[in-house]
Parts: sequence; structure tokens; C-alpha cells
Amino acid sequence: MTVKKLGLRQRYEHMTRGLDWETTYQKMDDVFPYDSFEGIKIKDWSAWEDPFRLTMDTYWKFQAEKERKLYAVLDAFAQNNGQTNLSDGRYVNVVKLFLTGISPEEYQAHRGFAFTGRHLRGAGARVAAQMQSLDELRHLQTQVHTISHYNKFFDGIGEFPHMHDRVWYLSVPKSFFDDARSAGPFEFMIAIGFAFEYLLTNLLFVPFMSGAAYNGDMSTVTFGFSAQSDESRHMTLGIEVIKFLLEQHPDNLPIVQKWVDKWFWRGHRLLGLVAMMMDYMLPKKVMSWKEAWDIYFVEAGGSLFQDLERYGLKMPKYADIATEEAEHISHQNWAVFYQYTHAAAFHTWMPDKEHLDWLSAKYPNTFDKYYRPRWELWAEMEKEGKRFYNMALPQLCQTCQIPMAYTEPGDPATICFRATQFQGETYHFCSDGCKDIFDGEPEKYVQAWMPVQQIFQGNCGGPTVLDVLAWYNLNAGADNMDYTGSPDEKIWKEWHPDADAARKAV
Amino acid sequence: MSVQIKTVDIAPRRQTFGHVARRLGGDKPASRYQEATYDIQATANFHYKPYWEPEFWTYDTRKTAVVMDDWYKPIDPRQYYYATYNIARANMNQAVDRNFSFVEERGLLVKISPEARAALERGLLPLRHLHWGGNMNMTEMCQRGYGTAITAPCIFSAADQLGMAQIISRIGLVLDSQSGTSLDAAKKTWLEDPAWQEVRRLIEDSFVERDWFHLYVAQTLGVNGVLLDFIYKFAEPAFADAGLSVAMLTEFMQDWRAEESRWSDSVVKVVAAESGHNKTLVSQWAAHWIARAVEAVKPLSEALLGDGGKAAIAAGEAARLRAVALGLAI
Repeated sequence: MTVKKLGLRQRYEHMTRGLDWETTYQKMDDVFPYDSFEGIKIKDWSAWEDPFRLTMDTYWKFQAEKERKLYAVLDAFAQNNGQTNLSDGRYVNVVKLFLTGISPEEYQAHRGFAFTGRHLRGAGARVAAQMQSLDELRHLQTQVHTISHYNKFFDGIGEFPHMHDRVWYLSVPKSFFDDARSAGPFEFMIAIGFAFEYLLTNLLFVPFMSGAAYNGDMSTVTFGFSAQSDESRHMTLGIEVIKFLLEQHPDNLPIVQKWVDKWFWRGHRLLGLVAMMMDYMLPKKVMSWKEAWDIYFVEAGGSLFQDLERYGLKMPKYADIATEEAEHISHQNWAVFYQYTHAAAFHTWMPDKEHLDWLSAKYPNTFDKYYRPRWELWAEMEKEGKRFYNMALPQLCQTCQIPMAYTEPGDPATICFRATQFQGETYHFCSDGCKDIFDGEPEKYVQAWMPVQQIFQGNCGGPTVLDVLAWYNLNAGADNMDYTGSPDEKIWKEWHPDADAARKAV
Repeated sequence: MSVQIKTVDIAPRRQTFGHVARRLGGDKPASRYQEATYDIQATANFHYKPYWEPEFWTYDTRKTAVVMDDWYKPIDPRQYYYATYNIARANMNQAVDRNFSFVEERGLLVKISPEARAALERGLLPLRHLHWGGNMNMTEMCQRGYGTAITAPCIFSAADQLGMAQIISRIGLVLDSQSGTSLDAAKKTWLEDPAWQEVRRLIEDSFVERDWFHLYVAQTLGVNGVLLDFIYKFAEPAFADAGLSVAMLTEFMQDWRAEESRWSDSVVKVVAAESGHNKTLVSQWAAHWIARAVEAVKPLSEALLGDGGKAAIAAGEAARLRAVALGLAI
């Protein structure tokens, strides 16, 4: 008798979905109570293509090997005081933005993928989600360990979880992930798996890691390389999810399209922080936000949506507006943080001449016309001892929670305001994209914990700026304000007395 | 004399993060476990109630009836964070690979008696489904639990359960010469064999338990403590002349159980010790699930060992002693 041996694929299926069974002592709908209310129709979970066929033994082996290498570099970086070899002390502000704004969201993704790793009915999809859950925990923990060394020397890092739950601009990423976490399992997979990890990952992960590479941050860039193979697995899962949902039933298309529209716009707003980081915070520039947007969204995203067209899926709504905004968004965001530097846990500065010229060259249509004159005026005011601070609390967009500082499409001289009435209240938005998202789920977005309103309601430590900063655990005079004159600058100059002297000589 | 490399010493301005320092009682050097774990999960100012569970916030202490002043009290004595966890499992898995090579190269499972083969097919292979159920439960506790100290080891444990289900599957593939027929048969046994039905009912009932710490007690003291221990510790005589090979191929499970129970026992102990209220609840849950597990596994005990359920009772007794040692009133 000859036995027919299993192929690799069948062997893998025995190792994963073959473990699953239809429950009979409890109803399947009770075991998986959350996978129907979103209206997604799945005819046949067995059509799910496992995006990466990893058994646990292989996973452990690969990941352990990567971790051994990564921690060897982290140890060497700390032992050799790698922080002194950065391009400039200003660079550390990028790391601060990353740990306070991004790492806690890696954690949210970890718990969110545990949710879908338990509650999607298809066993193949569950295993893939569980591995991503593990990976996301890895990213949070390795980022904490990477940045732990910076915390020993620089301000604005040490209270990252406390700040994440409270500080006004950190409610932008937090509300983004709370939104995805409070959605159903399929929307979560589209929001984080597809929109965030596939469509936008090259505009989030890559700019930070390339920025680290260009600026001598060997530990963060080593983390980046180490996480790269995780990220490509996540991208494969993201694309499988969207194809699977669209293939399963034609009724899924309008639901998925709505999610793609929503999460594209929400992602675009969140990425505005990355845009600002790329154009303003990196002492050594990688590329401009506009260039990154053109490569990774207009070109790569464009061909992705061409590929998805056969399922009837269209480019996200307002993609054209987002592309137009790529000429403005980094400048408008930096203007916000410059004005509110007293309330931010990282340092700001006005670009020097070389940097201004770089921005002029990278943004020939907009920078000299709309932004350079303002920067030069503010720099002049600084020289005169009249540095501009905005002491009024800003109005926030009810959806993205960013101060209303963006401009009208086609009219960069006018601030864009939109409003909606809901249950007798007026809600305000920075854009049509954010207004549409609210109008699609008003009961959800009225719940938002709005940092400015919370301050006015007396829930944030007290009425004065110092009261609120204390409630943030923000060490006023060290964590906030301009880089010039900060303890960060002082320690950097102690390490680089010659560079400082050289600069003064010029 | 020793080799001394001169390095530049730069005094740090602080040793660790603020939230970690508050837990250590001052700014002192912290371990990687502490920095990767303490206060990582968000605790306040959530934005939206989940559509799927609007009675709670995403992270909400009310998802279990036990009450902790601080969910970072039940820490992991193994001090696992992602790197140390994966490195530990990769090391354990090297032994698995060596053992499989040893058994396969010598054809040790090909030569076993028909009785031993039948016992493995009926008694061991269906266990992969119980591990899969354990994987579902640990993943659920990771997503619904409170505080990184407990939820991070839950996803590690979920991965362990999946890994063990896959080791059992590999044993099946050795038995059926890589054809998968033994795994199909084992699934049928799991779904239909009367000896397994109360075990399956128990794990299916656990899938709908909404109180995540109740589920934690059910899984760690009931499922792991009675059902898995029954197969891996008490049922060995049933595997007859395959006993030694099975012991080699399931060495991972023995090591895992000894190691993971250091964590899971310590969590139960700390949570029960928090208050009389917790102790009462945890004791009730433990008593209930241990008793259920003993009843569920009795038919299997009889089917495999012909002992009238004695081994099942012994497994239950060991689980009760363990629970009592953790401070539970049973």
C-alpha cells in the first residue's frame, strides 16, 4: 500500500484550520458573537488563503533569532553612548514623538489583533491575526527598550503612557486606535490590517526608520530592519483580508468601500504628524513629505487601487484632496506646534536659512508663497524677544481631534470649517473628510474625549496652563518649549563643545 | 591582571521611565521586563464605547467580578517579555526537533503494538483540539483582560497552546506516514467518541464564559490542571510500549506545564489573596471547573486505562491540592 503524502500546504492546513471544529454544545453564533453585526457576509471561510504559512515552531525560531541580534545592537548602542553620535540633539524629538504617539498604538494593535484572533470565525484568519498580535507586542516592547536609553539623557520621554491618555495632541493617535478597537472585527481588519498596515505603512513606519538611518540613530534603525519582515507579513495579511471580503459577497463592497474611505482619511490626518516630522524635525532630511506622498500614495497606492478595481473598489474618497494637502500639511502642523510649544512634550524651533531653502526647493508651489514669510516673521520676532505663543485653546475637529488649522481646498489662505448639527448640538470639523466620517457614525463620534473641552470642563487638573501641564506629568521648562535653551540642548553641547564653537564662529 | 578597555562614562540624567520609577519606589535601574510591562495599557479617557460590547470601555476592570486595587500586582515570575519568551520557546523547540528526528529515524512509532497505536489515536491525537480550545481562551483573555502584566503572558500562552496542538499533529503525521489520515480520524473521535464528549462540552462551554478571570481559572486550573495533566501525566500506561516515545515527543508539554504554571499559579494566588471577595469567587470557580473537569475526563480514563475513572480522580485530587496550596478554599 502506498501512502499519499501531504503537500506543504495541506500539512499547514492540518496544523491550523484542521484544529478547528463546528461547536455543537454551544451555538457557533454564541462562540463567535461579534462577526455578524457589521453586515459582512462570508459564504465560505475555507476560501481564505493563509497569507504566511508559519507554524509556531518556525515563528519562535525566526523571531528568537531576530531578537538576539536586535538586543545585541541595543546593548552595544547603550554601552558606547550611541546617543552622542546623532546628527544633532534636535533629532531626539523625533524619538519622543514616536514613543509617545506611535508605540502605544502598537500596543493597541496587539490587543486588537488578539480580538480578531479570537473572534473571526475562520481559523486560518485567526492564526494570522494572533501572530500579528504577538508581533505588535514585540514592536511596542522593543521600541520601549530602544528608546529607554534616550530617556536616560533627554526629556519628554519618561511619561509616555501617562501622556498618551491625556495630552491634547496624543489624543489624535489614541482616538484613531480607539476608533478601530471599538469597531467590529472586520472593520478593525480593514482599518488596521489594510488601511494602516498596507496602504499607509510606507508613510508611517518607513519615514521614522529612514529618518533614524539618516540621523545616526543606530538603535532605532536596527529595530526598523528587524521589524521589516514582520511588517511585510502584516502587509500580506492586510491585502488578503480585503480581497477575501470582496470575493466573498457583492454586498460586502459598499461596506468595505465606506471603511476604506473612512480609514484612508483618518490615516491621512494622523500621518500629518509624520509629515511634520519629516519636513521639520529631522536634522538630516530623507525626502520631503510631498515626495514621500507622491511615491508611496499617488504611485504605489494608485496601482494598488487599479489592482483592486476588478472587485469594484474605488480610490478612497478625497484622495485628490489629500494629495493637494501634501503641499501644505507639514507646514500647517509645524505652525500649530510652534505656537503651542509650551503645551507639547517635545521641542520646536524655527528652521534656519539652509532648512528654509530646502523647503523652498521641495515645495516650489506653496512654501515661498504661504509659509516662508510667516517663518521669517516669527524668527524675527524671536530675535526681538517677542517669540509668538498662542495662549488661546484651539478649537478641535470632532473627528480627528487636530486643531482647526487646515485650509480650504484650493484656497490656502482661508481656514476650512465644517459643521454638523446632531441632537441639538453643533459639531465642528477641519474638512469634508472628517465631517463625512462623523455623519456616518454620529453616535460614536459625539462620545469622543475632546482634550480642549475637557480642560474647559475642569477635568484636566485646573484652569491654568501650568495646572494642565502638571496633570499631563509634563515637566514644564524641560519637556516643553523651544530646543534653544532646553536641557536637551545643554547636554548635547556638553558632548559636542567643538561643534558649538564652530557654529558660533560662523 | 585583566584587560581593560577604556570607555567614555556619561552619567545618565535618570535611570528609568517615570511610571516605572513610581512602582520601584524611586528612580532606580529597571529590568527590561519592568519597562516592557508596567503601565503599558491605556487606563483612562477612552474615546468610544465598543460597538460589540457597549456596556464596557475597551479596557475595563469591570469585565471580571474579581477586583484588584492594581492589576500590575500579578506579575510574571518568569519575567517574560517578547524577546525572552521567544528565545525560551525556540530553545525548547530545538529539543522537540531532536526528539522527533530520534523517533522518526529509528521508526520507533512505526514499530509499536496495535494496542499502543489505538491508544494514541484515541487518547492523544484528539487532544490537539483541546489545545486549540486553550488557544482560543488565552487569546480571549489577552483581548479582554486588564493590564499588560497579565494580558501579555496570555498571548504567549495562546501561542504555546497552538504550538502544542501542532506538536500533537506532528505525532499524528508520524503515525500515519505524513498522510493526515490519523488527524482526520482524531477529529472524528473528538466530535463523536463518547469518551471525549464531556471534555468537548467543557471546552465549548468555556468559550462563552464572559468573565475573563473566571475563564482564566477555568483554563489554568480546570483545563490545564486536570485535563492536560490527565493525558500527559496520568495516562502514560495506556500508551504501553509507545510510552517512552510519547514521553520524548511531548517533552515540550512537560516543560511548558512546569514553567507556565509558575506564572498561572502565581497569578491565581495573588488575585485570590487580594481580598475575601476575590478568594471566595476564585475558590468557587476553581472548585467548579476542577470538579467538572474530573467528571468530563472520567470516561476517557475508563476508555484508555480501564480504571473506572481512578486516574481522573487522581488528576482532580492533584489539582485540588494545587488550588489549596494557592490559598483557595476548596
